[in-house]
Amino acid sequence: MSHKSDQGQGRSTSTSASTSASTSAAALDTGAFKRRSGAAAASNRLFDIFVWAAGICIILFILGLLFMLLRKGLPMLTWDFLTGLPSEIEEGGGIGPALFNSFYILFLSLAISIPLGMAAGIYLAEFAPDNRFIGFIRICVEGLSSVPSIIFGLFGISLFVDMFHLDLTILGGAVSLAFLNLPMLTRVTEESLRAVPPELKNASLALGSTHLQTIVRTLIPVASSGIVTGICLTAGRAFGESAVIILTAGVTTSGSLWDFNLLSPGETLAVHLWYVQSEAIVPDAGDIAQKATAVLIAVVLLINLTFRVPLWIRARNMKR
Amino acid sequence: MLEMNAQGRVIAPAELGNSLRQAGGNPLERRVRLKFLNSTFKIVCVSAAVFVCLVLFGILFLMFKTGMMTFETVSFKEFFFSANWDPENGHYGALLFIFGTFALTGLTLILSVPISVLIAIFLAEVTPSWLRGALRPVMDLLVGIPSVVYGYLGLTILIPMLREITGRDLADGLLAAAIVLTIMVLPTIARISDDAISAVPKKFRDASYALGSTRFQTIFRVVLPAAKRGIVYAVILGMARAIGETMAVVMVIGNTPQLADSLFMPTAVLTSNIVMQITSVESDSTWNYALYLMGFLLLAISLLLIVAVRMLQKKGEKAL
Repeated sequence: MSHKSDQGQGRSTSTSASTSASTSAAALDTGAFKRRSGAAAASNRLFDIFVWAAGICIILFILGLLFMLLRKGLPMLTWDFLTGLPSEIEEGGGIGPALFNSFYILFLSLAISIPLGMAAGIYLAEFAPDNRFIGFIRICVEGLSSVPSIIFGLFGISLFVDMFHLDLTILGGAVSLAFLNLPMLTRVTEESLRAVPPELKNASLALGSTHLQTIVRTLIPVASSGIVTGICLTAGRAFGESAVIILTAGVTTSGSLWDFNLLSPGETLAVHLWYVQSEAIVPDAGDIAQKATAVLIAVVLLINLTFRVPLWIRARNMKR
Repeated sequence: MLEMNAQGRVIAPAELGNSLRQAGGNPLERRVRLKFLNSTFKIVCVSAAVFVCLVLFGILFLMFKTGMMTFETVSFKEFFFSANWDPENGHYGALLFIFGTFALTGLTLILSVPISVLIAIFLAEVTPSWLRGALRPVMDLLVGIPSVVYGYLGLTILIPMLREITGRDLADGLLAAAIVLTIMVLPTIARISDDAISAVPKKFRDASYALGSTRFQTIFRVVLPAAKRGIVYAVILGMARAIGETMAVVMVIGNTPQLADSLFMPTAVLTSNIVMQITSVESDSTWNYALYLMGFLLLAISLLLIVAVRMLQKKGEKAL
């Protein structure tokens, strides 16, 4: 009896401790047990409080830091700042070309990496026989996804600047960024395709469609939500990527807002933030950096939220 | 399926074949076309997968080839065991960067692992489900914040704070960088550990509670040991991110090539040194080659980490 009640205490962490246990016949043995379980209950309670306090504090601390950045920067944003040209010496420079380049390079890199990454992912999920060759490719994909981003930058330099004798260009930046995205897209595609129930594939094949038709008309539509989510998360990461762009696309823009030329220098917003904060000599560098940070966080959060909210809603519906 | 088609065509009366031909739907043509499309598609997919491997090996090869040219003028011993980095005068001792990278990573892990595991426990075991449902997406969003933003945060908020606390003029250095990296990798490690802890079967917990242990005892003696592999995996991923991180580190570490003997001394790591110097060196100088060699070192370290992860996974499969 006394054992049972002690157990109950330990589990529920309630401190109505010694009441029920003391009523039972208390041998010496049970007393020692009680003292020990009392200590355990106390440490348990302490642990609870500690974890709660630490967890809440740390999460609030990080969120608070981000919130501070947004609160300082967002109210100062004006349309002129978003579309204005950056200036090297005078106050009042904008981020127009950098913002444009961010989206332009992102678009180009995705245009290169999505077809390649998806094709590789389809191969791994659909065509690949289970042998050493596939294990090898899989290790390559994993290895590539662990390569630090600055290495892609170095690779981009030696490819585009040293071998093709181009200068720092939008093209170089986009291709290097595409290499960075490639392994992530491959993995997302493979995982989404593997998650498609095999009945669907069998049904499609049984209706007489070829493998290609099955993939294009059945598997990809079913897996599309996973693939699209993966693409958007990759896009969010690529949008904020800066080390690759500094090395391959440079820290300057061509100076006009709508510059689609692939061979002009292509500083992006993330790079501009770094440049303004640590290299530039404009007097209002601090202000520009603050506003640029706010824009950067806002865009990345927006990209993330837009494609995660449907996922959360679906997950919630699935649970019910 | 294609064979069936072929049989059908043989059996079908000639008139049907004629009418199909007249309608422009030559069955032979269609079959050939489908077959052609199928095999082309497969080839495209295979080549995409091979391309991913080629990118990895291209990077490895270029880094290795360019890096090895360093040793034409610099001795192996000098590069790895001298801390005198003065390329203008022909001194290429990279020890201080290698040491910086390892010291920074170690310091980051010391700071981030306990906190992340605490948060993971908080998320997986302690919080009520409504709070968990709100906090997990927040952590996911934090993973997506660009690294340059964390660098900016460190530069504008953390360093002034550190300066005030320590009373020094300069707070740039290993500690500032480690704190920034900790804030950056914390969501990653916490979320993956959280998943690992949540994946521990409920029966383990039930058994532990049935034996009379408190929640504290259950978590530390049963759940954490059971989730150990997942947590180690998370730590390795966080480590890989910390080693390869560039922009966040560049902004707070001080970028001075000297061996750090205190936590507040401006120093440099492999990544930060590459990004600060690569744009200003001649492409066929020893200086440039040395930077590539440092890139190759980074690459080798991160690939080794991936091998470690794979071995961990293999071991886990065997254990199951």
